[in-house]
Amino acid sequence: MAKSLNLFKRENKKVSGAFNQAKWIRGFTIAAIAVWAFYAFVVDKLPDSLSSFFQSWFPASSINESLVWVICALGLNIVVGYAGLLDLGFVAFWAIGGYCAGWFMSDFFYQVNIRFGTMTPKEIPGVHISFWLVLLIGALVCALFGVIIGAPTLRLKSDYLALVTLGFGEIIPQVFYNGENIAGFNLTNGSKGISPVDNIGIFGKKLGPFDLDWKYFIFCCLTALMIFISLKIRSGKLGRAWLAIREDELAASMMGVPLMRSKLAAYAVGAFSGGIGGVAFATHVNGVFADRFTFSISIILLAMVVLGGMGNVWGVMVGALLIAWVNAAGLPAFGDMVNGALGTNINFPSYNFLLFGGVLILMMLFKREGLLPESRLKSLMHETDDASSNVGTH
Amino acid sequence: MNSGSDLLSIKSLSVNFGGLKALNDVYLDLHPGEVVGLIGPNGAGKTTLFNALCGLVDVTNGELILNNKKHDWPKPFELPKLGIARTLQGVGLFPDLTVLENVMIGASIKSKTGLISAALGFDKKDERALKEVAMSALERVYCGGIADRKANSLPYPVTKRVAIARALVSEPQILLLDEPAGGLGAPDIEWMNLLIHNLASQSAIILVEHHMDVVMNVCDRLYVLNFGEVIASGKVDAVREDPAVIAAYLGVSH
Ligand SMILES: Nc1ncnc2c1ncn2[C@@H]1O[C@H](COP(=O)(O)OP(=O)(O)OP(=O)(O)O)[C@@H](O)[C@H]1O
Ligand SMILES: [Mg+2]
Repeated sequence: MAKSLNLFKRENKKVSGAFNQAKWIRGFTIAAIAVWAFYAFVVDKLPDSLSSFFQSWFPASSINESLVWVICALGLNIVVGYAGLLDLGFVAFWAIGGYCAGWFMSDFFYQVNIRFGTMTPKEIPGVHISFWLVLLIGALVCALFGVIIGAPTLRLKSDYLALVTLGFGEIIPQVFYNGENIAGFNLTNGSKGISPVDNIGIFGKKLGPFDLDWKYFIFCCLTALMIFISLKIRSGKLGRAWLAIREDELAASMMGVPLMRSKLAAYAVGAFSGGIGGVAFATHVNGVFADRFTFSISIILLAMVVLGGMGNVWGVMVGALLIAWVNAAGLPAFGDMVNGALGTNINFPSYNFLLFGGVLILMMLFKREGLLPESRLKSLMHETDDASSNVGTH
Repeated sequence: MNSGSDLLSIKSLSVNFGGLKALNDVYLDLHPGEVVGLIGPNGAGKTTLFNALCGLVDVTNGELILNNKKHDWPKPFELPKLGIARTLQGVGLFPDLTVLENVMIGASIKSKTGLISAALGFDKKDERALKEVAMSALERVYCGGIADRKANSLPYPVTKRVAIARALVSEPQILLLDEPAGGLGAPDIEWMNLLIHNLASQSAIILVEHHMDVVMNVCDRLYVLNFGEVIASGKVDAVREDPAVIAAYLGVSH
């Protein structure tokens, strides 16, 4: 037996999935500042042709929104990537978060005058709560809703589960859309939406709607927070439970992993970040508008997670940035280029779903594990196509 | 046999899959400190018996006695509390978790922190304790050095050991081993022999195994299944001589 001992020398090398907190925070900060500095100082000074290239292909205005996408995609990644629960209705949380901002950061409820930590002038009635607190409120309300839809669905097999989340993702925005007159009470202002929402206050400064740089840094911080939460939970007890459930639910259960509670926690944490994204988005567009919360958002988020590599935080981030960029800038710019060259008049952005659909099909055929896969998914998706339980019938 | 000291006793267990009688009127007793072998040709129903014990298949008929008390057939999630742990036929590790994480999952029952406190990071002490028991379980199967490797990066024989560490870490009263030596080469089988001997000092074991040398070496008693029925049971030597067994099983080359 002494011989076997030597077979396995202690390896100091960390697992590939392991992360070094100080390192990624430093890298993230540098990247965030570099992007900002580039747009603040460099772009204008570039030669005209280069500068206009950047302005049409990489416009500064689309950056903040892509960060919201990243935040939400990271949340969906917890549900789909970590815990392996298909969720087709994630837009619901984005919407709920948005309406939390609409309700608690505007003059919509003009009947009352409730304020907390806000810089909005006293004369304006309504509920005015500090952006930072509303972030937390929105996130918690969403987490609660995550548990509420999760609870009755968890006994369902995954296909049915997906259908229920799909329904939920349709119902919530519809409620908001038709919430102008709920038994005489105007809950959501219907299709007109709630606008404007209060400005963000930070360091005693009130940010106007056009303080994009500030919002950029705030959204970067929120993104970093989501990355932090994702990585932290992944390396702890809950993350372990999620992956075990994803990989073999029955085996996990036999070892004392609480299936229901772990899955509910996945919904709650995922929804939590959806709420953060929703509140952030409301301040980004300076309002909430019911017709923006469409099914396509759920699908785009799912595409981001799948494209990037389910379960891998960095992969999902890349996937989210890539797809958000294609949507906001890449496809329009490409269309302008083609139309300009050929003299045609094709509306390229309207074909975005054709593009995503095509990309997803290609991915499923050739690179199912995503751009930056979590290594195991690779083996699962290629070797055993029935991802069913190991618990044998042999 | 003194049924008064039964740790586990299965009486007239039947499991049907549609028309197939996978188990028919099967019985099995396990006493504290015992290693009981469950053998039989492929498809005899050995894994099905484990599955019945673990709540993975519906039991058509049968009685279960645990610690001398009648007990319903357990649900999968009840196993840790009942002190039952199992290894799966084949590999059965969680491939994307590290070796250490795999074993920590096996020790879930020892962790008292709720999921919410865990998510908020209030389980440092608990995690450290869990890590410690997991490490010592790994040391027991001589895998302490690979704790940080991903399970899917290990060679097959090593996964078999980690799987055992994952089962023994919860300090079960009853350990169900499904072909722990399956697919191993001679040196690893020798090794598994010693390991099972070692485990027997901690838990009572039911061992399903095709390798007769392991079975003969470590088992106190044997049950032989064929086509879902117990065709022989008793001391190893007696069973070995049983003509029905020779015909059904030992005669068949494996
Ligand atoms: N879930 C199931 N549904 C239908 N039939 C099953 C199921 N599980 C097992 N069987 C059948 O029951 C019989 C017993 O299978 P079991 O896996 O228990 O055999 P085994 O003794 O473990 O064999 P091996 O030595 O090959 O592992 C086989 O005919 C098998 O095909
Ligand atoms: Mg079997």
